[in-house]
Amino acid sequence: MFRFILRRLLTFPLLLLAIYGGAVLLVTATPGEGLETGEKELPPEVLQQKRIAYNYDRISPVDGQIQPVSAWERYFWIWPKRLLWDGDLPAHQYEDWTVVEIMRSALPVSLQLGLLALAVAVMLGIGVGVISAAQRGRWLDHASVSLCLVGISLPTFVVGAALLIVVGLWLRAVPVGGWGRPTQALLPAITLALPYAAYIARLTRSAMLDAYAEDYIRTAQAKGLPEWRVLLDHALPNALLPVLSYLGPAAAAIFTGSFVVEKIFTVPGMGTHVVESINNRDQSLILATVMVYSVFLASFNLIVDVVYGVLDPRIRVGAKAT
Amino acid sequence: MASLCVLGAMLATCFLTLGWSATAMRQTKLTAVRQAPCPTHPLGTDELGRSLLARTLYGGAISLSLGLLAAGVAVVIGAGYGAVAGYLGGRWDEIMMRIVDILYALPYMLLVMLLTVSLGAWLEGWQLVGSEWSRFIVLALAIGSVSWLTMARVIRGQVLSLREQPFVEAARALGLPTRRILLRHILPNLIGPIIVFATLTVPQAILQESFLSFLGVGVQPPQATWGSLAADGVRMLNPVRFEWWLVAFPCVALSATLLALNFVGDGLRDAFEVRSTR
Repeated sequence: MFRFILRRLLTFPLLLLAIYGGAVLLVTATPGEGLETGEKELPPEVLQQKRIAYNYDRISPVDGQIQPVSAWERYFWIWPKRLLWDGDLPAHQYEDWTVVEIMRSALPVSLQLGLLALAVAVMLGIGVGVISAAQRGRWLDHASVSLCLVGISLPTFVVGAALLIVVGLWLRAVPVGGWGRPTQALLPAITLALPYAAYIARLTRSAMLDAYAEDYIRTAQAKGLPEWRVLLDHALPNALLPVLSYLGPAAAAIFTGSFVVEKIFTVPGMGTHVVESINNRDQSLILATVMVYSVFLASFNLIVDVVYGVLDPRIRVGAKAT
Repeated sequence: MASLCVLGAMLATCFLTLGWSATAMRQTKLTAVRQAPCPTHPLGTDELGRSLLARTLYGGAISLSLGLLAAGVAVVIGAGYGAVAGYLGGRWDEIMMRIVDILYALPYMLLVMLLTVSLGAWLEGWQLVGSEWSRFIVLALAIGSVSWLTMARVIRGQVLSLREQPFVEAARALGLPTRRILLRHILPNLIGPIIVFATLTVPQAILQESFLSFLGVGVQPPQATWGSLAADGVRMLNPVRFEWWLVAFPCVALSATLLALNFVGDGLRDAFEVRSTR
């Protein structure tokens, strides 16, 4: 088990480097540096100053001439250093803002929203799934299965808009937008969580039913255990494995899906910055965002994998045998 | 069965009327802007006076083909990759799944957006197809190429526990070649998950496209999908003028189709995995 975790930890930096390489490749695939995409044409002197400010060019210390900076040096040395060490890497589209400042103001909001939604999705999903499996074939099961299908099938922005109109405008129960108060987080979190809660509920239900077909459940029932103990102690732990392996992708989907929800509920998170940076080819901000989300999600996946290894000995043995 | 009918009807109406809707969806009529549903415009009109009926039908055809294309890409890559990784196990599994992790850890929405923008620039540079269609193809490829990861992981997980099962061991003990074990012994046990995930990937691809459209990185106007129509409708929502038809009809079509797809997936699942129907 220890070796399993250690191996994962060792590949972590490699993983991040590979992601960064891929992101750089994608960002540089489109021609141009994204500096020129302003409203009006920039005078060449201004453009030259910008190119120097963003490390596309530099003034040679030897002869004072302007010379280009190689892509390798820019993306793999100067920019990471400016972002992480100096903290003054600028973002193309916001003139006086550094990437760090943008992140500091917007990232916590997005992450809070995402974590909240993830928690809601997991609890709601597993709860509904277990109840559904326990009541299999009865009306409660049919009702929750149908509701889950509806939940998966409705786009987030439709659910969000509906909630916004009904709860926000008609009932006036919560504020319709903004961020900061718990009531403002309620609708976005629920909207964001619903499809994933429905998906987790489906997974839990079908995994529970699969587990119910196994022999050890019959053994437990034959021992005369009460039905709820068979359900929670014997079927649920095994049924949680597929849910657990879905948590990684769910987290990726929720944390990036929050961009859509943020737009509906005017939450001041990363969403607008991300869309703007990609549309404006704001290279520094794109790369920084991709890396921040990658580090976050990769660590999340790492934790999920470790927990999976703890829960399912078969995987652990498979990993040790290598 | 009912959902199969809904799905069939939806496919038929969207694709059979394509000849009419492809031209009608572009006809603007500035004398009939933002009209509520009425006899001449059965589903109302949008802000340029275009018939929402034609746009919904056309958008449906685009959405469905985009979803199918993306799911096809995802299934082929995902199932093959996952089965091989899971069966080979050990070092190969480690390497192959590390690659999946690399792609996984990329926040996929960002990835699709980046891919769409940069691949789109390439494809437009080649000028093989018009810019509208290059965006469509790029979207399908981008969505498909991120959706296979879940498939691969699920299949790999299944194979990983399948290969510990006695019957695979027996097949190995008989000295069967790896390819034969994979195709004849493992794959039949995977058809259930593959079908379930394929039918789930189609609606998810359609949904993802609609998110991208909502954020403004999806299909380019005047091209339309259900997602982009609904997204446009939602964007137009305001407390002053309630243009419900712009949201309602694309959403109903979208949701009905996705529901039907999901129902069909469930039916197939029950048909293939008899164990779980108890």
